[in-house]
Amino acid sequence: MDILQTLSKLATESGFAGFFTAGGWKNLIMIVLACVLLYLGIGKKFEPLLLVGIAFGVLLTNIPGAGLYHMGMWDAYVYECPYDAVNDYALYNSAQERGYTQEEYYYYVFARACGYTTDQIEEHLEAASESGGDLMADAQALSTSAELDENIVTAIDESLKTELSFTDIIHLGGLLDILYIGVKAGVYPCLIFIGVGAMTDFGPLIARPSSMLMGAAAQLGVFFAFFGACLLGFAGNIAASIGIIGGADGPTAIYLTTKLAPAFLGPIAIAAYSYMALIPMIQKPLMRALTTEKERKVKMEQARQVSKVEKIVFPIAVATFVILLIPSTAPLIGCLMFGNLLKETGVTERLSDTAQNALMNIVTLFLGISVGATTVASRFLSLQTLMIVVLGVIAFMFSTIGGLLMGKLMYKLSGGKINPLIGSAGVSAVPMAARVSQDVGREANPNNFLLMHAMGPNVAGVIGSAIAAGFLLAVFG
Amino acid sequence: MKTLALTAANMGIGDAGITAVLGYAVVFFGLVLLMCVVILMGKALAGTNQKAEVKTPAGAASPAAPAAPPAPGSAGEVKLFDVPDKEAAMIMAIVADKMGKPLNELRFKSIKEVK
Repeated sequence: MDILQTLSKLATESGFAGFFTAGGWKNLIMIVLACVLLYLGIGKKFEPLLLVGIAFGVLLTNIPGAGLYHMGMWDAYVYECPYDAVNDYALYNSAQERGYTQEEYYYYVFARACGYTTDQIEEHLEAASESGGDLMADAQALSTSAELDENIVTAIDESLKTELSFTDIIHLGGLLDILYIGVKAGVYPCLIFIGVGAMTDFGPLIARPSSMLMGAAAQLGVFFAFFGACLLGFAGNIAASIGIIGGADGPTAIYLTTKLAPAFLGPIAIAAYSYMALIPMIQKPLMRALTTEKERKVKMEQARQVSKVEKIVFPIAVATFVILLIPSTAPLIGCLMFGNLLKETGVTERLSDTAQNALMNIVTLFLGISVGATTVASRFLSLQTLMIVVLGVIAFMFSTIGGLLMGKLMYKLSGGKINPLIGSAGVSAVPMAARVSQDVGREANPNNFLLMHAMGPNVAGVIGSAIAAGFLLAVFG
Repeated sequence: MKTLALTAANMGIGDAGITAVLGYAVVFFGLVLLMCVVILMGKALAGTNQKAEVKTPAGAASPAAPAAPPAPGSAGEVKLFDVPDKEAAMIMAIVADKMGKPLNELRFKSIKEVK
């Protein structure tokens, strides 16, 4: 046994060696970023239940050689193109948004047999595409190479997987690939919505249905950011996924992004959850700037009592009505209202308890870590991520502004009976946004209790963001 | 592999603007309609509740004797679930004694046997 050779093999195959390969420094940056996110989650308690999981997923996926998540495999699955498992590479021309042509495929196989790296092959294909070169001739030239063994060419050709299924992913993938199937299939966000529904009291919304208007107005940021993203040159489906950050609803953002722009799931989910944690910092200055002292001091009348029957009929009516209106909202609204029905019936306490606690915790665990795993360095560290982060905060700000402006309008129309501060709670983010309304209201008038009043627009915002997501899915899906 | 390309050509500014306005309008339309549904549902259920309230005293009037007025200082009635009157009285007396407060200063909403 050659000890030196063994040690050398161990050194070159270790993850540390991965940091010194081309682009390895990006992994180091991502690991530092993961540590920063972990600090924000643990130290600063920024949405810790999800952010800690996401941050740990970021850490695991960016350790060279860990092989827990394969970005190329998911690209191949999404774009339905051949997959090279050895190099974790999807045969997809990203610049022209299409799978490889027959010529490009042949060239890829021969070039791989000659020992070219995927980066070198891609460069050649790009150059050939620009200069109009003959790829078949290039492949022929490679095939006459003295070192080229026909058996190797055949083996590479046969090893390329076409039309990956979830079964292939289970066979070829790592642990996080397998967990990610739940995200890709849209299962986790919907299961979380069952838990959210089971934890939500729609009583304040039923007592004051006009709160729906504030929930609708607070979706302004979604469409403003969508438009902004289109202006910046993002494709419509990606712009829609960026815009939904303004809905301030994590599961909805993840669900929509998985369907429309899976390659951007990592940055969008991180932006959405980070901004949700920063809601007090984003919303309070806007609330003070857009309302007068007199408006903030308004004490609202106690809303009417809501009967048990109304609470039971509400989820059934909302699910039926909204799904009939926009069928693509069915998974989100259906699960949200199902969870709420479990809570309100009074005869399914065990199921409601499981949805609120055990199920919610298990799914949150899987969701966080598998979403974090999508933040592969080579894709995450880009100008686009920076743009998403900026557009995300703009989306949150405009959603808050939309809700507040509707609140002010309702203040005028009601003759000063509605405190406009509750409008900002229309941005979902239950119950954080409602708490912010309560805090700012109490600053102006210590005897003011806006929490329950703000819960109306707050839960209306959840329905509103699901409708917005359904619309975007219908247009770009 | 390269990052996915920005594809400005995919959607013109005009189309993006129209989609954004239309989307916002659809959200409003959906929630306004939902608001109407909830208002109608509230009114329908309130009507049903009122009818039920009117029916109940009519049906129960014949056999029942007129209810005795509550004792001085009482604040309404206590609901009993599978608890006989005597036991309820004993429980209330024990609670009042343990708390060191007169019974008419305490308010019992309901007493339920835990099985």
